[in-house]
Parts: sequence; C-alpha cells; structure tokens
Amino acid sequence: MKEITEYRISPPNKTTLGLAELFRYRELFYFFTWRDIKVKYKQSLLGFAWAILQPLLLMVIFTVFFGTFLGVGDKVGTIPYALFNYSGLMFWGIFASGLNNAGNSMVSNSNIIKKIYFPRMIIPMSAILVAVFDFVIAFVVFLILAWSMSIYQGFTVNWIMIVILSPICVLLSIFATLGMGSLIASLNVKYRDFRYLIPFIIQVLFFLAPVIYPEDIVTEPLLKKVIALSPMYAPISLKNLMFDIPVDLTCMLISLASSLFFLIFGVYYFRKTEAYFADIA
Amino acid sequence: MMSKPILEIKNLGKEYKLRGHSEPYKSLRDSLVNSISRIKSPKNDSFWALKDITFDVHEGESIGIVGKNGAGKSTLLKILSKITYPTVGEIVARGRVASLLEVGTGFHPELSGRENVYLNGSILGLTKKEIDRQFDAIVEFSGVERFLDTSLKHYSSGMQLRLAFSVAAHLEPEILVIDEVLAVGDTAFQQKCIKKMTEVSRSGRTIIFVSHNLNAVRSLCERSVLLEKGEIKCISDTNTVLDLYVKSGLETPQSIDLTSIEDRSGKGELTFQSIRFSQAYFDVNDEIVFDLDLRNHLKTVFQEVDIAVNILSAEDQTLIHVCNKFIGKEFNHTDQSYRFSISHLLKPGTYRLVLFFRTGEDIQDWINDGIQFRIERSEQSYKSNSQGILEPKFNIDQINRPIE
Repeated sequence: MKEITEYRISPPNKTTLGLAELFRYRELFYFFTWRDIKVKYKQSLLGFAWAILQPLLLMVIFTVFFGTFLGVGDKVGTIPYALFNYSGLMFWGIFASGLNNAGNSMVSNSNIIKKIYFPRMIIPMSAILVAVFDFVIAFVVFLILAWSMSIYQGFTVNWIMIVILSPICVLLSIFATLGMGSLIASLNVKYRDFRYLIPFIIQVLFFLAPVIYPEDIVTEPLLKKVIALSPMYAPISLKNLMFDIPVDLTCMLISLASSLFFLIFGVYYFRKTEAYFADIA
Repeated sequence: MMSKPILEIKNLGKEYKLRGHSEPYKSLRDSLVNSISRIKSPKNDSFWALKDITFDVHEGESIGIVGKNGAGKSTLLKILSKITYPTVGEIVARGRVASLLEVGTGFHPELSGRENVYLNGSILGLTKKEIDRQFDAIVEFSGVERFLDTSLKHYSSGMQLRLAFSVAAHLEPEILVIDEVLAVGDTAFQQKCIKKMTEVSRSGRTIIFVSHNLNAVRSLCERSVLLEKGEIKCISDTNTVLDLYVKSGLETPQSIDLTSIEDRSGKGELTFQSIRFSQAYFDVNDEIVFDLDLRNHLKTVFQEVDIAVNILSAEDQTLIHVCNKFIGKEFNHTDQSYRFSISHLLKPGTYRLVLFFRTGEDIQDWINDGIQFRIERSEQSYKSNSQGILEPKFNIDQINRPIE
C-alpha cells in the first residue's frame, strides 16, 4: 500500500515555523549553498585564497590605522592588537557578508521563486551558510596566527576556551544574521530601497560593535548599553573570554535579548509575507 | 474501485490588487505617497484573475487547460504549484506535485552541465540519490554528453533547453504540472518531448498540461478545461473543448504591443507600434489578415517606403516574404497604417513574423523576434500525416479511362 500524502493549498494562514518542511528540503540547502560558493570563487584568479586574504588584509589595515595612527595600542589585554581585531573580524564576517547575501537573496533568486515552490526560508539561510563557509577558512588562519604569534611574542593562548567558545560564537553570529537577514530579505522584496540601505546598516553596526576596538574604550555606561543593543555585540564580546578579557554580563544579556527579538520578529515577518513573494518579486 | 480524486479544486479564486503602477515592486516613497492618496480616493482597485474554479482530476488522467492570454491559466498553475496562494477556496492534493513552469529553472551559466543537472534536479524536488540513479538516462536523453564538464554559458540555447527538459522528463511525482514547455526547441526535439510525455502519462502519472499548442493538447489529454476571463467556460472531452475554443478564437481580434520588443534594429525615425491580427489565430482556410500601426517620430513625409513581412517556420525557415514593391505599390508615408491580407498554404502550427520597414536606403525598424501567430484547423474530418512544409488545397479523384 502506497502512502498517500494529502495536503491542502488554501489562503495563507502561517503561524508555524515550518521546521519539518525545512528538514525535508535539507538537500536543497546544500545545493544552494554549494552553488553560491562555487559561483563566488569561479573566474577569480586567486579563487579560495580570497577567503583567507580578505580578513588578513582587513586586519593589516585596521592594525596600521587604528593600532598605530589612532593609538589603540599594540596590545589588548595580553594579546597583540592584530590578533584581537582579526578574531573580531572573522565573526563579524559571518554577519557582514551573511546579511548582505541574505538581504539580497530573495531578489537575486526571484526567477526561481516565481517558478517553483520550496520553503522560501532556504534562500536566506543558505546565503548565510556561504558566509559561514568563509568563516571556517578564516578560522583556520586564526588558529595559525594565534599559534605563531604566541610563540613569537611570548603570550599564552587559552586553547580550551577557543574550542569551547568558537562554536557558541558562531551560533550567536548566525542567529544575529538570520534575524536581521530574513527581515531585510522580505522587506527588500517589497521595497527595493533596502538594497541601498544594507551596506549602510552593516557599516553603522560595524562601528557600534566592539570589533576593532576593546570595549573598555567606551566608559559612558549608558553608551555601553546602547552599543550592546546590536545583536552582534554578544558573539564579538564573548569571544574576548578566549583571551581572558572580562565580559560585561548586563550588556551580554541586552545583546542576547535584542538578538532573540530580531530572530523571532524577522522570521515571523518573513513567514507572514513569503506567500506573496512570487506576486511582487 | 474508484478512489478519491487525486486533485480536488474547490471554489478557487485569486484576487490581485491593482496599485496603478507598472512597477511590480514598490519603493518606500510610493508606499508613503499611496497611503496619503488612499485617504483621498478610497477606490478599491482589484480584479479576480480566477473565480469559482471547481473541478476534480483523477489519478492517471491527463487534463489540458486552454484559454487565451490572460484567461487565468498561469495563475491556476501557479496556485497548483504552491508558488502563489489562492485568495479563497482550496485545493486538496493526494500526491506529490512537481511543476514545470519553465525548463531549466535555476540553471546557472557559470556551472558545468553536470553541476546544473544536480542543481536543477534538486530545485525540482529530486533527491541527490534519485539524480545519481537517473543521471546517465538524463544525459543520454539530452544528447550533450560531450559537454558535461563545460560551463553552461558555452552551450547553445538549444543544448541548454535539451538538458533542461531531460532533467524535467525524469521527475517521478504523482502529479506533473506542465506549462508550455513544448513551445520551444526544434521540431525533432519537440516530437521527442511529446513522446516522452505520452510515455509518462501512460505509466499512470497524472498530468496537468497548459498549452497554446492545440495539437499537443489533443494528442496528450482526454479531458480539457477552457478558461475565459478567470472562469471555467467549459469542461469536457478535449475535442469538444478545443472546438469551442477555436471557434471563439476565430471571432476575436488580437493586438500585440510592439513597443516593448527589444530585439530590433534600424534608424528608428519610424517604428512599429502595434500589430492587430483580425483573429486570435487563423484557420487553415482563412487569409492571414493583420494591421500594422507605425509611429512617425519625425512627423515628416517619407517618400517611397518599403514595408515587408516574412513568415518563418519554427525551424527559422522563411516560408513567405511579401513587400509592397512586389505588387508594384508605391507608398509615401506620414501617419498611415497598413493592412496585410495574405493567402497561404500553411499547415497548423506556430509561425513567427519578421517586420521590416525601409525609407530609401535607411532601414528604419526591423523586428526579428517576438511576434508569433498560430494556424489551427477547425474541421475535424481532415486527417493528415503530411510530411510537406505546406498544405495545398488539393483533390484526388478516381477516374475511368481506357488504357490502350
């Protein structure tokens, strides 16, 4: 006896997350992510080397400009400033390129959306996974940097904390990106203005999150809490525990709450509007 | 035992709100402006693309959906494929639906043929295992083995199409929804596709097939639905439905706006504005009659113009070429339109029109692609397996004559 899958197509009434359906379509995640990674590095001379070069070049730029010219200093806590800002930049990369990819993903895949059904959430999610892939490469470089710098400059690296904290920080970064990413992705379908807003949002949040400066540079307590409103504050600040730099618990909780708010609101808004993407994309 | 229908479509309706914009998406500014103007004029502009659609489809049945452009065919298919949602009513489906509203959805030019088969297959709902299993059959059907590891952007459009259809042909859902995919490609491959689809339908799969190609509908579907202005006009066996459809099409003229066609060349002082066919399609016995409107951007008089029309087959062979000079007519052009009446010997099928306008030595406008029309046969008594390109009026009688 063949199993009959009966289902109904009726006016949209979405209150569920649709996780079961997402799981059924898990292979499509893989294929979309794989496609984007492949296409991203095809026809570039250096290929995957860019995933290594990009954060490294950023590290050098910030070390020169902020560390030397603007006087943040050579060291943050016990570690070199270069390693500090690299560690921040690699998590930031998940958010920056993830938000950029996800925010534009529904529009750039509109030809597929208009022709075939699948859970729409796969598109922004796999766009974020592409950014996570770049992170993995950047993380390997981070381990090499941390190891060689610790020998050369004589400080100790807390490897156990790195192993424990890295996955947590990655997850927090993904949640932060998914919340804002799905919100912006669906808004972008309706209002193309967001395409121009995305780089601006990323830039502002970059300076608000303590990625390239140690957070104790901010002394005003109220300002600190405002900065912590950014969903990316949590992973960026939490990773400091790897280097025995203390973490502000209140700010951490503020950021986690903000991240949770954006995640729920973003996914809810996406689910609410996705039924009409094909009509207006 | 008669089981429950595999698809039950109940009172389905889809309403679109008209925002009075040609842009399909909005900018924030538009929204703000609209929210102000809405207070001024609370007019509710909307139209029903589909209204009160109710019918059942049984397992193993092939059902055709026909209707003119804008009758609601595509909307119905989109709802069936879950791409968009109905405003009212519901569909109960008892099986996996795969829809093919386009061949090659998601094909990426930078990826190789092999990679695109996997990508496209998985977008269409195949699992990686299923693709692995069918991969050789897919490649063989497409006939592009040699180029599997070449980037898709180096493929000809015909090769892309063949590869795309091959993936689609190897889907194995219970219900297959197909839109117009046969309207493309060369005749030989079209035949191959129809054969494959007939095979699919014989194997017990349910097919819902939307097409302008009435011959294909006729050979594939026992039952058909005729849509008109979003409503079911008729639902019956295919021959009855198509006769009704052809009759109604023979009575209604059809205009095509030509200003949006991109594939054109020429100086552009004079451009083709629109073409108006006297009928939505022509019977084999009818003259092909259409009017061409031109826009004169200079408002001056052009002396001794050439206006020419070519009729091409699906294989891009020029079958008919007519021009005012051929019949010794000289025109000076300011703001006139032109009426063409062409008697012909064309077979039923889709044909392409090429329009050409010249003033002196200057080609003003030359539209190469984008205008099609169909020839249909309304009389059912004629049976033809003619191999010829043309179909003359002819007669064959037996005569008695003593042979010496």
